[in-house]
Amino acid sequence: MPASYIPPWEDLLRVLPEIVLTVGGTIAMVLEPLLRPEKKRRLGWLALAALLVALWATAVAHVFAGPAFRAMIIVDGFATFFRALVIVVGALAVLCSLNYLERERADSGEYYALVLFSVVGQCLMAASNELIMIFIGLEISSISTYVLAGYLRDDVRNNESAIKYFLLGSFATAFLLYGIAWIYGLTGSTDLSEIRRVLANPELAPAGALVGVSAALMFVGFAFKVSAAPFQIWTPDVYQGAPAPVTAFMSAGPKAAAFAIFLRVYMTAFEPVASRWEPVVWLSALATMLVGNFAALVQNNLKRLLAYSSIAHAGYVMVAVTAHSEIGTAAAMFYLVAYAFMNVGAFAVVTHFARERERYVNVDDLAGLAQRQPVTAALFALFLLSLIGIPLTGGFFGKFYIFKAALEANLYWLTGIGLLNSALAAYYYLRIIVVMYFHEPGEAAATLAPPAPALKVALWSSAVATLVLGVFPSLVLDFAGKSATLAR
Amino acid sequence: MVNFLDLIWLIPLFPLAGAVTMLLAGRRLDPQPPSEVALAPGVAAASGGNGHGDAHGHHPAAPGRFLISLIGPGTVLLSLLFSAGAVIQLAGLPEKVHEVVKYTWIPAFFFHPAGGGGARLAADFGFLLDPLSAVMILVVTVVGFLIHVYSIGYMGHEGGYYRFFGYMNLFVFFMLTLVLANNYLLLFVGWEGVGLSSYLLIGFYFHKKSAGDAGKKAFVVNRIGDAGFIMGMLLMLATFGTVRFVDVNAALAGREPETGFGVLSAIALLLFIGATGKSAQIPLFTWLPDAMEGPTPVSALIHAATMVTAGVYMVARSSALFALTPQTSFLVAAVGAATAILAASIALVQNDIKRVLAYSTVSQLGYMFLAAGVGAYWVAIFHLYTHAFFKALLFLGAGSVIHALGGEQDIRRMGGLKDKIPVTYRTMWIASLAIAGIPPLAGFFSKDEILWQTWSSPLGSKALWAVGVVTAFMTAFYMWRLMFLTFHGRPRLSEEASRHVHESPPVMTVPLVALAAGSVAAGWIGMPKIWTWFGEGFRLFEHWLAPVFAAATAHWHAHAEAHHDVSIEWALMILSVVIAAAGIALARHLYLVRPDAPEAIRQRAAPVYNVLYNKWYVDEIYDFLFVNGLAKGGGSLLSRFDAAVVDGGVNGTGWLTRFTSTLSVWWDTWVVDGSVRLIAFTVKMFSYPARLLQTGYLQSYALVILVGVAVALGYYLMR
Repeated sequence: MPASYIPPWEDLLRVLPEIVLTVGGTIAMVLEPLLRPEKKRRLGWLALAALLVALWATAVAHVFAGPAFRAMIIVDGFATFFRALVIVVGALAVLCSLNYLERERADSGEYYALVLFSVVGQCLMAASNELIMIFIGLEISSISTYVLAGYLRDDVRNNESAIKYFLLGSFATAFLLYGIAWIYGLTGSTDLSEIRRVLANPELAPAGALVGVSAALMFVGFAFKVSAAPFQIWTPDVYQGAPAPVTAFMSAGPKAAAFAIFLRVYMTAFEPVASRWEPVVWLSALATMLVGNFAALVQNNLKRLLAYSSIAHAGYVMVAVTAHSEIGTAAAMFYLVAYAFMNVGAFAVVTHFARERERYVNVDDLAGLAQRQPVTAALFALFLLSLIGIPLTGGFFGKFYIFKAALEANLYWLTGIGLLNSALAAYYYLRIIVVMYFHEPGEAAATLAPPAPALKVALWSSAVATLVLGVFPSLVLDFAGKSATLAR
Repeated sequence: MVNFLDLIWLIPLFPLAGAVTMLLAGRRLDPQPPSEVALAPGVAAASGGNGHGDAHGHHPAAPGRFLISLIGPGTVLLSLLFSAGAVIQLAGLPEKVHEVVKYTWIPAFFFHPAGGGGARLAADFGFLLDPLSAVMILVVTVVGFLIHVYSIGYMGHEGGYYRFFGYMNLFVFFMLTLVLANNYLLLFVGWEGVGLSSYLLIGFYFHKKSAGDAGKKAFVVNRIGDAGFIMGMLLMLATFGTVRFVDVNAALAGREPETGFGVLSAIALLLFIGATGKSAQIPLFTWLPDAMEGPTPVSALIHAATMVTAGVYMVARSSALFALTPQTSFLVAAVGAATAILAASIALVQNDIKRVLAYSTVSQLGYMFLAAGVGAYWVAIFHLYTHAFFKALLFLGAGSVIHALGGEQDIRRMGGLKDKIPVTYRTMWIASLAIAGIPPLAGFFSKDEILWQTWSSPLGSKALWAVGVVTAFMTAFYMWRLMFLTFHGRPRLSEEASRHVHESPPVMTVPLVALAAGSVAAGWIGMPKIWTWFGEGFRLFEHWLAPVFAAATAHWHAHAEAHHDVSIEWALMILSVVIAAAGIALARHLYLVRPDAPEAIRQRAAPVYNVLYNKWYVDEIYDFLFVNGLAKGGGSLLSRFDAAVVDGGVNGTGWLTRFTSTLSVWWDTWVVDGSVRLIAFTVKMFSYPARLLQTGYLQSYALVILVGVAVALGYYLMR
């Protein structure tokens, strides 16, 4: 790129969401020292406003859909879909955080700035069409998230969580980078379409084993970020240790963005060699579902239980990746939306219930919640039922489409085992419902104050979204179906 | 004149409106401190003299309660009226089918991939009324309404009254959705919904831990069946590209029956797995008896008359598919027969009045699958319909007995009640004759037809027929064992219970009488073909359903007609009645004439008795696999096993008993316990490495990642 390169103004519009979020985050940083402590909460509202503007900017960018910055960025339906998703997740996370930070006396601008920067990274990931951009987006998102995981500096659990996430994350990202270097060496390009062109051409294609190694190395990085087995091992510890709203954010936003790049790289660049990577992803999908569900059966800590559950759900999405078809991609997209709402909703309840220093995070603490706060309990039950996959919730259709895609790709074993897994999973979610509804109220439920207004908004919007996805799935499905055809 | 046919979508919505009202506003109508919810009906009635006056159903007539008692049954009555109107109008239509599509749930465009020819999925919020769903909505609304009325009395002095009716209405909504859906996906919505609301109703006794556990067990076991159902549905989509009943049947038309195990057999098998979960068949039957922890009207409505028959309905609805897959059909028949006899054998020795009825239900559902498996779909639905009357009556009667005795459920501590609660006694007497298969009561016609079809159908066999006949004998025996122990002989009541025995209030006994009338007369529209002196009008049921099953029966119907042998049918019919009478006579002999005989038999046949009493130990084995944690399951097995051994030792007299009990202990220890331990060991082996790795140490996590990298790389470098 010559130094005199001036991008056309359409290119700038195509990264408008990233621009808006970066500006918003910077303003929050600058204002931070100027505000008195009791007014820091306003920065949260600023972040929320920035996210809403970014959502609008995403729509604007979509109007000008097309490649930008010499095809390093591409704005297509797929990018818009994931950009909107991660921005909404960011907004829900901010709503969950407002009172949490106040409660922990840690209300400060950098928290919101970090959330915004993390979302910038995720938006970039969603829209990159080039490996270096993907890597940069991933790092922007990850580094902000590492800091968020250890946000409460004097909390030992936070420190442990952050350091584990950071060290293991860097370790895994190194493999991703190595894989990128490898494929660059093999094909002479980092552009996904160009890589695809080389791999699809029998005259140019390098030796299959070498491409396989590169795909495997990149798989390590992606699998780590989506917490797929055997690279899921960090997830329970990190999710359990991080502040509850951060866990809500981590388990939905970065994971969705990581799946976005996973899908984009494997459905475009590596699509010609699908038969090579399919067995590895197949095995990983299987192991992820099994590990997540079996381990979740014996957990008593809510955050840890939901961490294992999020591993299991990553396993279901991996099934859709294994199917490597357009229907599979669309199913994965739909599932990630449904999963984001139900999971953030569940973590929002945990945030609300945990109280100061997260004292009440065990399943048994929820005893009798239904009698004390019937609405909170009912909303939590709705999220859990959706996680189980009961019809008329988003979770049901998510699973339905994924397994439909898998069956059409002739993945009979994976479909069967996956469905049995989701049957098994009902057990540990139901345990929570039983405790909430059928046990005598304990001390924790008895002393619970009603949820704060901001949290209520987060809870209700997640609940409404979960139901709407179950009753009118076509609203999202239509767009996902049309966007599943990736630029090649 | 109202066109009820176009209003069938309203039928499920009435109870939904009731449920919504109840669950949103009920708390305000019927203010109750939540802690009172804990009490079981018996406990509430038995808790001293002060509550006793209320036990006659004259609960404090708060206006809010009255309103709830009006809305709960009232919405179901509205559905009943609309159903009746629609069915009458349906009978006037020449084509006997009416479909109403309210809204396209999932439009087809998403599944229009360029290459995939038939891969479209369109599912509607659409409702289909045909003779089959007509029968179902009438059964659900009639029986449902009567049980709702009964509940006014039964649940009268319970806390959470509004919630009970809210959940009951919710259940009826989902059940009606299930039977009125015009596609498998919407059917599945109802399918899951009835499971969910039954889960809520079983757990209705808050704080009763066993109730919560039973609800959970029911739900989880059902999920396993559902996995099969979803998979079947997906495979159906992949094969036919549609889940609408009409389109699937059209796609099946003209196909020849599969000779091997092809894709149709696979779809049918997977759907049947779903049915075994919902309808409590082998191997997924264990949840139903435990579900009896819920209030008795719930058992009557959900676990006898309606929800558990959803599997039978689904198989009948898919008759065109099952008829093309003789292998799966045979499996359906075999599983049905095996379940029928297994559950009946367990019911022979149970002492809890509701458990006897629960196993009886499992057994009767087995009969229905037997009929469906041999291709006699209309007979399966016929038995479903007669069974709904007499089994609902038996459960409500049992509830009335429990109510009268203040919560006693053990039939060993009953006896001599027939003059004290005469209405309950007489109505249950009718129901017991009906289920035993004594003419001219309802059960006789349907059961006899099942046995005859099993004998004569090209898909049936003499062996299956023999199993059915033995089961019929057992059925007559265990029902009349229950009757004699409960109502006849010497009273064996506790002080407490005998003091407040009383007949239930009219709001409970009137539904009993209505159901008794149904148990007598419901079968008269399905008389055997050989009873030629009755007109064709008495064979209405078969003719009414004929259009639905025409496609399914076309393949072998002509064949069956050729083999119709009047004298054999007469002989078999007389035999089945004699067998039923023999069962009743044996029960009378053992439990009335020589009351000491059962104990002697029990001691002499201790191993057999123990196996039956412990329900073939199926629960213990499943606990490990599905329901309980490993350690917990092991503990419960050991404690039950201890109880069995200790009981055996106490009851044992003489060396024979000791010898046989030693044998049974040996069997328990080495076979049952051993196999359970093996399973536990395997699961532990599986989870051990995972736990070993989850150490919390960063270094070991990094090591795991490294090993993962090495494996992934190795995969590519080695091959």
